[in-house]
Amino acid sequence: MALPGLVYLFINNYMPLPGLVLAFKKYNARKGIFGSDFVGFKNFKYLFATRDAFVITRNTICYNLAFIIVNTILAVFVAILIAEMTSKWKKVYQCLILLPYMVSMVIVSYLVYGFLSNDNGFINNTVLPLFGADPVQWYMEKKYWPFFLTFVNAWKVIGYNSIIYISTILGIDRGIYESAAIDGASKWMQIKKITIPLLKPTVIMMTLLAVGRIFYSDFGLFYQVPQNQGSLFAVTNTIDTYVYRGLLELGDMSMSAAAGLYQSIVGFILILAANYSVRRIDPDSALF
Amino acid sequence: MKDEKKFQIFAHVILIILSLLAILPMILMLMSSFTDNDILIAEGYKFIPSKFSTYAYEYIFNTGNSVIHAYGVSVVLTAVGTTLSLAITTMLAYAISIKDLPGKKWITFAIVFSMLFNGGLVPTYMVYTNIFNLKNTFFALLFPGLMMNAFNIMLMKSYFVSSIPSEIIDAAYIDGASQTMTFFKIVVPLSKPIMATVALFAGIGYWNDWMNGYIYITKRTELYSVQNLLNRMMQNIQFLSQSSSNVQNANAGLSAIPLASVRMAMATVGILPIIIMYPFVQKHFVKGITLGGVKG
Repeated sequence: MALPGLVYLFINNYMPLPGLVLAFKKYNARKGIFGSDFVGFKNFKYLFATRDAFVITRNTICYNLAFIIVNTILAVFVAILIAEMTSKWKKVYQCLILLPYMVSMVIVSYLVYGFLSNDNGFINNTVLPLFGADPVQWYMEKKYWPFFLTFVNAWKVIGYNSIIYISTILGIDRGIYESAAIDGASKWMQIKKITIPLLKPTVIMMTLLAVGRIFYSDFGLFYQVPQNQGSLFAVTNTIDTYVYRGLLELGDMSMSAAAGLYQSIVGFILILAANYSVRRIDPDSALF
Repeated sequence: MKDEKKFQIFAHVILIILSLLAILPMILMLMSSFTDNDILIAEGYKFIPSKFSTYAYEYIFNTGNSVIHAYGVSVVLTAVGTTLSLAITTMLAYAISIKDLPGKKWITFAIVFSMLFNGGLVPTYMVYTNIFNLKNTFFALLFPGLMMNAFNIMLMKSYFVSSIPSEIIDAAYIDGASQTMTFFKIVVPLSKPIMATVALFAGIGYWNDWMNGYIYITKRTELYSVQNLLNRMMQNIQFLSQSSSNVQNANAGLSAIPLASVRMAMATVGILPIIIMYPFVQKHFVKGITLGGVKG
């Protein structure tokens, strides 16, 4: 019964592994992966000699750190508001805030384009004229994009991330709040002294797991939303987009494979480290 | 208690603002798709159209048969993909939930390890194109990456272990039921909630996926899903507006197309199934994430 699943797992996840050896070869399409000449660490030497290696590593890590901080704060904030709300409307709010998570990145790129398009965008045509400002060529100006991408990411995932926190808050014994209220604790005090401290283990756990994935980026976010604009690469190129472009746009297989292996290995170590930390805090929350 | 009231009002205000922020981009898209194209060119995308028009939709459905075709591809892909995904995930998850399955430890390890370490894009691409020759076939949309993932397997397995009492399964065996019969007559009916959740995750994954088509479908554009078509359209228009030396040609070909509104109409059409299904599936989705716990 397990067979179809195992076959798929083997093909999709294990058959590609020997191909990692490509990172140590000079790829030659005619000779194939295993026939190509072995060049040792040369691909890595080239990769790290370019500025690209630094830029993609910096972008991947810095964006992830920004996402972790912004998303955690907002998700906890939203979760507290929703979980503590007595009105039935909270279901509607939660439903609406979760909706962007369901939207594909291609469509997100259209939504962003609706606002930022140079010629037709809402911002250039309606918002900026209100302030008497000149239109901005948004897809050419890289200085704005770290903010845009952080915003788009938050817009998309806050609803999703808050679900875990909401369920944690709903699991808190209401008796604690009642006795706090009897002792005269204000609502703000209750949130500060009961809800937030009891959320802390979940927050730590989620953060550690996110840190474990810090070497991976959402390819769609960094590729689709800035519309693959060359002028923005300095702030939108991450390891994932670099690997993709190397493979399918530049045809530089070996370099792409080297960057991919670099990601897989550092990512693996980080996940193990994160999981180790999680297990020390709370064995039940560990991945394995 | 006054305090409580103040909090509730505060929460309502903030959540209304956030809910609006969540849906405003989609409203802009919807409104723009119903705006006259000339107005869009003059005034840009706006929330309140100064001249209402359904021309973009007429254009799509009358001339753009590729849209309807891509819709068909997406629907078939999502249906087939979700079914297969649910079947192989459920069976594998059930197998590793059986107490005395031989080799269980190794299978579980192989599943968990796939979450931690993978070959990445380049070797995976090589396997699917060079060994299986999936490039430019429907299977390229269906197979790579989407069909099964470790998270769903573990989610289901923990549901089987915690929510299906082993007494029931033991009793079935004592009554002479086979492994397969137990699975179909007892496990599956008892697992409807988790199966709905996993099917939902898979279904959304397939409907929203653009990457397989983007990577593997290079020639046969009749295999484009809605996402791929949208993706290609954004790029082509981009390409035309960028190559200024070609303006003459570009204008000749493009002048007939109400681009600004068609673009948003296409995106609206692409998002529609999600919006229609969403109210019905949202509960299962939330439940699934909650069950998955921090592991999500």
